[in-house]
Amino acid sequence: RAMELSPSQFPAGRAAAVALGYLRYLRGGPGRALELRELRSARRQDIDDVGHKYYLELELGDVLDKDRTVKCTAEVLYPLESTSSAPDVQVALQGELRSTEQADKEFYNHIRSLEKELVAENIPDSHGNVPPELEPIHLLAWVASGYVIWQNSTENTKFHLAQVKHVRQVKRSDEDLQFDYVILLHEMVSQELLPWQVTVLWHPQRGARVSQ
Amino acid sequence: MRIPVLLAALVAVATCTETFFGHQVLRVVPQSDEELQKVQELQDLEHLQLDFWLAPRGLGLPIDVRVPFRSLQPVKVHLEAAGISYSIMIEDVQALLDEEQTEMLRSSRQQALSTDTFDYEAYHSIDVIYNFMDLLVAENPNVVSKLEIGRSTRDRPLYVLKFSTGGTNRSAIWIDTGIHSREWVTQASGLWFAKKIVDDYANNEGVASILETLDIFLEIVTNPDGFAFTQTTNRMWRKTRSKHSFCYGVDPNRNWDAGFGDAGASSNPCSQTYHGPYANSEPEVKSIVDFVKSHGNIKAFISIHSYSQLLLYPYGYTETPAKDEEELHEVSAKAVEALTSLYGTKYKYGSIINTIYQASGSSVDWAYNQGIKYSFTFELRDTGRYGFLLPASQIVPTAQETWLALKVIMEHTRDNPY
Repeated sequence: RAMELSPSQFPAGRAAAVALGYLRYLRGGPGRALELRELRSARRQDIDDVGHKYYLELELGDVLDKDRTVKCTAEVLYPLESTSSAPDVQVALQGELRSTEQADKEFYNHIRSLEKELVAENIPDSHGNVPPELEPIHLLAWVASGYVIWQNSTENTKFHLAQVKHVRQVKRSDEDLQFDYVILLHEMVSQELLPWQVTVLWHPQRGARVSQ
Repeated sequence: MRIPVLLAALVAVATCTETFFGHQVLRVVPQSDEELQKVQELQDLEHLQLDFWLAPRGLGLPIDVRVPFRSLQPVKVHLEAAGISYSIMIEDVQALLDEEQTEMLRSSRQQALSTDTFDYEAYHSIDVIYNFMDLLVAENPNVVSKLEIGRSTRDRPLYVLKFSTGGTNRSAIWIDTGIHSREWVTQASGLWFAKKIVDDYANNEGVASILETLDIFLEIVTNPDGFAFTQTTNRMWRKTRSKHSFCYGVDPNRNWDAGFGDAGASSNPCSQTYHGPYANSEPEVKSIVDFVKSHGNIKAFISIHSYSQLLLYPYGYTETPAKDEEELHEVSAKAVEALTSLYGTKYKYGSIINTIYQASGSSVDWAYNQGIKYSFTFELRDTGRYGFLLPASQIVPTAQETWLALKVIMEHTRDNPY
């Protein structure tokens, strides 16, 4: 009952983007950003009264670790009421991603030590530049955008993080770091650039939590 | 070197560049019809000089508006009186622009004196690019000439470089870059292609053999008004800068007469894929249509976009396969193989409608329906990591690998006359 899809055609690609958004939220951080290296195969199953379910075989990698590839199987279920419910995503990774424990600790300590709250704009800038000291903030935006993309995708959309328009650190009395982002999401089908406000809490052990 | 900076400032004054000191971009998300109406009322108040980046579209959809400094008070009062909450997206537009202008000035300060010393690894302003064209022609008068095929909505010249070793109205290849202004790697690649063609000719290698029997036409800044706007105001601007309605711009790749107005384009003037009031309404499009029709001997038509790493052929407006789909698919396979061979960059290929999305009124669909069999669209690097904001360090590798694919298409065109 599941139809084989061509990885070259857009339905499989859109579902893969949702799985990637979910994974970036789950496993990304200031020291890790996942990218899709290859979409190996895709199948689609139409489930009556429920929605459309995509079965995907992906190869992923960390942008900061070019030599390692991790295989992933993902199931993306777009519900029938796709405009009000997020797709349901299940993923299984085979293999280990590079550890970011050291980088996470350094980033955490660095931000905690700042006297003035960090503020930045336009990451990357018009020419694609990201100052090295802002790269972790950029990667954390991928985590935030991953969440937003996962929550807001339908079979008729494909989102990418186009730019961090604005980010402001908010000092907290507890152990978390807080960053208030204004991100620009590029929606491929409509070609619109959609600004989105999203707050990220992050901690080296607890990972990222997002509120929109 | 202060003099070029002063010159640039004077040029800015002379061309009446707007300044945006104290301008703010506000965001409102209307939660009720009353709120939506209240914001729409603001659109009618021309004296406020509001610039809607995201126009009112419906409940729950964000409205972004750039508000000049002296209008901030009345606008905020209007919103607050109606109990409408808003957020400040950009606190000082001028501060943002100053940063971007500094970047442009830095790269244009060292204006190249020859195309050999030109910096291909940087993004440049229109002036620098138009200067490059003149340099290229001056250095290679026997193979390059510059044609003006029309003027943009804001009266900027639309220049096409013609590469030819002679003959009369030879069969020709058409290549355009930058039709969507925010896709900066395409204009930048166009510059590299232009230089590559003359270098190959001088060294009697590469495309020198193609130039023995074919001409090449290259339009580098196909949407100059949009391009200027990406440099002064909104880096993410895609469309032209015409004003047929209350929002600016028409998507120049939905404005061609092929399935015009069908599904795959928007009739909303504020949309990024607005097809325009009628086909060829945009001078940027009409000038190419007129040129191609009067030339009468174009045999390949290639439009270059970014991003997604795709090589696409007609159709975008219909599921009906192109008559020559099998051949176009084979050529695409070869072209992609050549491209990938250089740096391992992966591309997908197929018809527009199957590979990326339904799109009506696109340039290559029009060209194909004119009988130009070898019509292709490229989507260059990357696949979303940087998207439109591709680092300048990737310009040359992108241009190099794309060139290999273009050569496959050009050679196939030469070897398969029709």
